[in-house]
Amino acid sequence: MSKQPEENTLAAPERARRRFLTQVAAVTGAALAPGMVLFEVSQARALDQPVSGKVRWGMLVDTTKCTRGCDLCVKACDKENGIHSHGRPETDSQWIRKIRLRDLHTGYVQFLPMLCQHCKYAPCVDVCPVGASFRRADGIVLVNRHICIGCRYCMMACPYKARSFVSEPLHDQVPWSPRGMGTVEACTFCVHRVDRGHKPACVDACAADGPGALVFGDMKDPGSKIAKMLAKEQSSEVRADLKLDTGVRYHGI
Amino acid sequence: MKQRIHYRELEGGIGFWVLLAGFGVLIALGLASVHYMETYGHWVTGMTNQVVWGIPHVFAVFLIVAASGVLNTASVASVFARTPYKPLAPLSGLLSITLLIGGLAVLVLDLGHSDRILVAMTHYNFRSIFAWNIFLYIGFMLVVAIYLWFNMERRMNRYIRPVGFVAFVWRITLTTGTGSIFGFLIARDAYDSALMGPMFVIMSFSFGLAIYILVLMSSYAGSGRPLGDATLRRLKNLLGVFIAAVLYFLAIFHLTNLYWAQHVGVEEFILFGGNVYTWLFWGGQVLLGGLVPLALLYSPATGNSRFWIAVSSVLVILGGLALVYVIIIGGQAYPLDLFPGKAVSSTFYDGVINTYTPSLPEILLGISGIAISLAATMVAIKFLPFLPVSLKDEVVEPPATPPAPATAEAHA
Repeated sequence: MSKQPEENTLAAPERARRRFLTQVAAVTGAALAPGMVLFEVSQARALDQPVSGKVRWGMLVDTTKCTRGCDLCVKACDKENGIHSHGRPETDSQWIRKIRLRDLHTGYVQFLPMLCQHCKYAPCVDVCPVGASFRRADGIVLVNRHICIGCRYCMMACPYKARSFVSEPLHDQVPWSPRGMGTVEACTFCVHRVDRGHKPACVDACAADGPGALVFGDMKDPGSKIAKMLAKEQSSEVRADLKLDTGVRYHGI
Repeated sequence: MKQRIHYRELEGGIGFWVLLAGFGVLIALGLASVHYMETYGHWVTGMTNQVVWGIPHVFAVFLIVAASGVLNTASVASVFARTPYKPLAPLSGLLSITLLIGGLAVLVLDLGHSDRILVAMTHYNFRSIFAWNIFLYIGFMLVVAIYLWFNMERRMNRYIRPVGFVAFVWRITLTTGTGSIFGFLIARDAYDSALMGPMFVIMSFSFGLAIYILVLMSSYAGSGRPLGDATLRRLKNLLGVFIAAVLYFLAIFHLTNLYWAQHVGVEEFILFGGNVYTWLFWGGQVLLGGLVPLALLYSPATGNSRFWIAVSSVLVILGGLALVYVIIIGGQAYPLDLFPGKAVSSTFYDGVINTYTPSLPEILLGISGIAISLAATMVAIKFLPFLPVSLKDEVVEPPATPPAPATAEAHA
């Protein structure tokens, strides 16, 4: 009440100056806000800068939200990475899959997505004879398709059955996610998106049209959503007995 | 009086060339299979994302394991200084190289990118037992080649024992490494065992010696050179010990797993599942590859018969292939246990017993590995003096002076 008269008492040039400053602040804020959000995801690493070990990308799967029949994450992954079925499910690649769990004693049924767990102590990285399987400093486990010899030892070693072997010629590849016949592949956490400040395709799809069961972010940043949720809620690793320190954690199992 | 052992290139008539040509055809069929698989991709094989190592790996691992074991006779001669084994050493060394070449050829030709063999030779991840094995395989061939040189070059004979010792240690390490390829797979219940290394060592002794006996017998029978009974008796007695040792290790391996609740599932699947692996294990390995040859080799009625010694060796080889099949394919057929205590299902064959049917190209590739080994052996013994002219008992182990009948008995 008291400010209104004061505003009205200002001279016309002063009011114009204040309006201008307000508009500038609004435009600046609108321009910066998405950047600030992205900052949380990417830590604003420039593409020409090396990956930092100060970041540990991770995913939290809330299995209590993951629903029967929903495969938005799988479809988004396939579309994003140019994965097509050849009509041969035994040799078709699957980077992410929906798993149905049924407790043998109680009959309780759950659903969850299974993908590369981006382990800190990744068995696939350990066993690869040529070092094609590798782990980036920020925790993302990848396959260098230029030197992968296709021995499949990593597939034998992965406890999560997260890797696929490309068993036939490929068509309709997407340029940002190159693949190759005769090499092994797996979920990359959509590294091409993460490096540009976006989230993996599955996470975005689940948030946009699904139950929002997937949270992605920097587990080392205490201010990130994933770190806060991990600190607040129960979560566990699959095959935690192997002590692989996975980058994918599950809530509700 | 001590008799010198004379070595000479194999004479070889038309039969030699026909056999060599036969192996050539098998090798050509194997290479054609590789071309087919490389062109269309591995989906044309029986291998899938569930069973990623198939029948080519069975042949490859069998040959690589046997390559180490076939060096037995050379090791007994040089490391343990047993004179009667010395004439047998050159063929032993030769076979260890040729079997390894055959096994590695199959392994390399089954890679998704065989063309990147140079990458495998120039990029190493030293945390990988696979990478260590590449060194072990190449080093093994070098060490055995030096051993053969020292053995066949009279001036170098005096150094044979230390080289033989190095080869002996190397082969034990190599086979331990091959077994550890499986032993280090912590995630799979069928493997994940420190016993894999020593078990593969003892398997190598058995498979390698069986191959050695057959190659020795066929080379001497084919060329008409004399082969004494005492030599064969020594080898078949040794084979019997190795067969029993394999059965012992298998018993310990499976009993240990049965005692471990986490591994009971896979043990029940292999041992009592009533599937192909159950039959191959009990019928193929334990009975035909173990108990039957043991009985044949030690029974007074058959133990001294060349025919039955040969049959026993063939059975050991077939039983060995069955065992390696059970280990490699059976171990993958059993699903990974991602969520203990829960039934798991998905579109990616989680929680189900995986199927595998070997395809013809895979089988031809595997057989071509054997053909490569045997063809290389034939060419080597044809053009280089690997085989003694005679392996008569009195040549292999001349009677001591003064003759003492008890000595011959003791050596037998």
